[in-house]
Amino acid sequence: MAFAPINKNYHDFFVVRDKDACINCQVCVRQCSYGVHYWDEARQCVRHDNTKCIGCHRCEAYCPTQALLIQEKPSNFKPNALWRPVFIKNVYKQADSGGVLLAGMGSPVDIPVYWDKLLLDASQVTNPSIDPLREPMELRTYLGSKPTRLEFETTPEGPRLKTPTKPNIKLNIPIMFSAMSFGSINFNLHVAMARAATEVGTYYNTGEGGLHESLYKYGPNTIVQVASGRFGVHSDYLNAGAAIEIKIGQGAKPGIGGHLPGEKINAMVSETRMVPLGSDAISPAPHHDIYSIEDLHQLIYALKEASDYKKPVSVKIAAVHNVAAIASGVVRAGADIVAIDGMRGGTGAAPAMIRDNVGIPIELALASVDQRLRDEGIRNDASVVVAGGTRCSADVIKAIALGADAVYIATAALLAVGCTLCARCYTGKCPWGIATNDPYLAKRQNPDIAAKKMANLMKAWAHEIEEMLGGMGLNSIESLRGNRDKLRAVGLSQSEMDILGVKPAGR
Amino acid sequence: MLLDADNIYYRQLNKQIRELVAQGETEFEIINVRGQRYIADGLIGDLKFKVHGVPGQDMAAFMRGPTIRVEGNAQDGVGNTMDDGLVVIDGMAGDVVGYAMRGGKVLIKGDVGYRVGIHMKAYKEKFPVLVVGGKAGDFLGEYMAGGAIILLGMFTGKPDAPICGRSLGTGMHGGVIYVRGEVPVEQLGPHLKTEAVDEEDMKLITANLKQFCDEFGVDLNTVLAEPFQRVKPFSHRPYGNLYVAC
Ligand code: SF4
Ligand code: SF4
Repeated sequence: MAFAPINKNYHDFFVVRDKDACINCQVCVRQCSYGVHYWDEARQCVRHDNTKCIGCHRCEAYCPTQALLIQEKPSNFKPNALWRPVFIKNVYKQADSGGVLLAGMGSPVDIPVYWDKLLLDASQVTNPSIDPLREPMELRTYLGSKPTRLEFETTPEGPRLKTPTKPNIKLNIPIMFSAMSFGSINFNLHVAMARAATEVGTYYNTGEGGLHESLYKYGPNTIVQVASGRFGVHSDYLNAGAAIEIKIGQGAKPGIGGHLPGEKINAMVSETRMVPLGSDAISPAPHHDIYSIEDLHQLIYALKEASDYKKPVSVKIAAVHNVAAIASGVVRAGADIVAIDGMRGGTGAAPAMIRDNVGIPIELALASVDQRLRDEGIRNDASVVVAGGTRCSADVIKAIALGADAVYIATAALLAVGCTLCARCYTGKCPWGIATNDPYLAKRQNPDIAAKKMANLMKAWAHEIEEMLGGMGLNSIESLRGNRDKLRAVGLSQSEMDILGVKPAGR
Repeated sequence: MLLDADNIYYRQLNKQIRELVAQGETEFEIINVRGQRYIADGLIGDLKFKVHGVPGQDMAAFMRGPTIRVEGNAQDGVGNTMDDGLVVIDGMAGDVVGYAMRGGKVLIKGDVGYRVGIHMKAYKEKFPVLVVGGKAGDFLGEYMAGGAIILLGMFTGKPDAPICGRSLGTGMHGGVIYVRGEVPVEQLGPHLKTEAVDEEDMKLITANLKQFCDEFGVDLNTVLAEPFQRVKPFSHRPYGNLYVAC
């Protein structure tokens, strides 16, 4: 190792193998897709190369004798509050390669998580709480444009609604699977998301990689996405889903496009995206037909025309500084749903500098968008869906109290099927069989089991939401939507509380 | 079926067309078109349109199959994300023609605006072709991933302008742009090569220009009198070595 490049000297993990427990079965050799473990012919035993380990814990989980422990390598750099090890190591890597730092998954940096600073209310004495196990509890949510007022006319058969209504989609629980394109994750997981969404009565989003024809049957629970690369976008696709989403931005990488490396483009991905095998699939940073709100309006209505005004059109934007004004423009451009993706949202691949430094947390973005749309009297014109770092049902319910109609989850859905947040999704070697199209690795995900786990997660969260709602004395999610009086803040500044529209705890 | 678009809002016009298509109507002649948007958007099958006037934004977007002939100029976004079919414009067209177009053909007699043919892509038998008889603005064929653009520079209202604007083919990683005469290298984006066309190229060029000439009543020999050059990317993986894992 003496002559290894400098970055190899400062690798992040090391493998501890309990020699007594190890039976040299080579399970670890087969499970590790990074080539850490290997069979040493001369010594007739399994050995390993620490420098290659990326800390996914697959081998540890599969070792039949629990002989393996994957540990973070304690840094031997002299403590320095400014030059933390991650910065030092990145400089070494870039000096060696001249490359842009690439990262996967959501940002690990320590920016405040406002969900943790917001606390929910419960009823005591005056307003009785409700037991969801014994009383009806309504989580049903409709997404789409709602009329501001309803007019009725009397007919011989009774009153009839006169106001024309726009198409809405119906969610049994206010949580959907967020966009993860086929290609960035493999087909088994798309099948799993489609089935789980169908089972629990919600939706999954195709992401920008098109929709394989064999999944059209899940169309009633599918949102099809149209991004700047327009991969796999055609008439059948637009009409296959229940709603159409225009992807303008992604929280993990606001302002830049997508790039699926050729390594991840196998026959099926190529067929679905309609791009040649092995070539890179590049989504330009902007949609080149959208340079203004008027242009966005144009694409929204082109999609509505192409789908005969039968489907709500969503527009997904990243949470950036002026998100409230942008969201207002998006609603005025005719979007039926505005999806806002916060800076902690996941990604298959993003330049690390952008992932970790661009955008704002979803909590602040949501609160300011909801307030702005209310102030302008256009909140009914569109539903607001938020994404980016929702970890549990309490985060969901806090988002709804802050004004969201529903929440998109993606990282949580991958965790449900085994992801360990190793953040190397762009290599195509995901040892958990998620962010990979290598058939040997992809078959680690059984679509039936994965669907079950994803559905379980949704159901568990739905139940917890019912309990928290009941505790507040509410029997419908609609009564909580935008009801910020049910939230109190701890440890936040006055300006943060002003933006969030919540009072400090105790007041 | 003759439709008069005079004073008709685009939504009404297009709804009427969709209803007629559903009833089995296949041929349409639309007169007095004055900027109505989204004509033939998302329509599928062997339908024929003749448009008199100036169709508005995004004509033939997401379209798969129909043939449209425009007797006049067209606005922006012609053939946006088009899948298949033929669009013939006996005049000029605006910006973003053929954005992300995946198949079919767009023939434009005169000049086009900016950002034309961005991110065109080919797949298997789907191979989009865009022929521009006049000159093009900036960013022609940017991000191009497949298909062919043929630029003639002949039938133009801008005699003094170069045949295309700045950033020709920037970010191109597939497909080919053919230019009649010389490629203005000062307008060319990075990582691209220009070279003389070969026999295979000439076959594709001639077949498409024959159709172009038939549609617009132009003499093929005159068009072919000048040699063609082609613009292609050096690599299909322009960003392959850009990154390092962190
Ligand atoms: S399987 Fe994962 S944790 Fe185990 S050695 Fe390989 S990279 Fe490291
Ligand atoms: S999806 Fe796979 S590669 Fe990505 S973080 Fe999870 S385990 Fe790692």
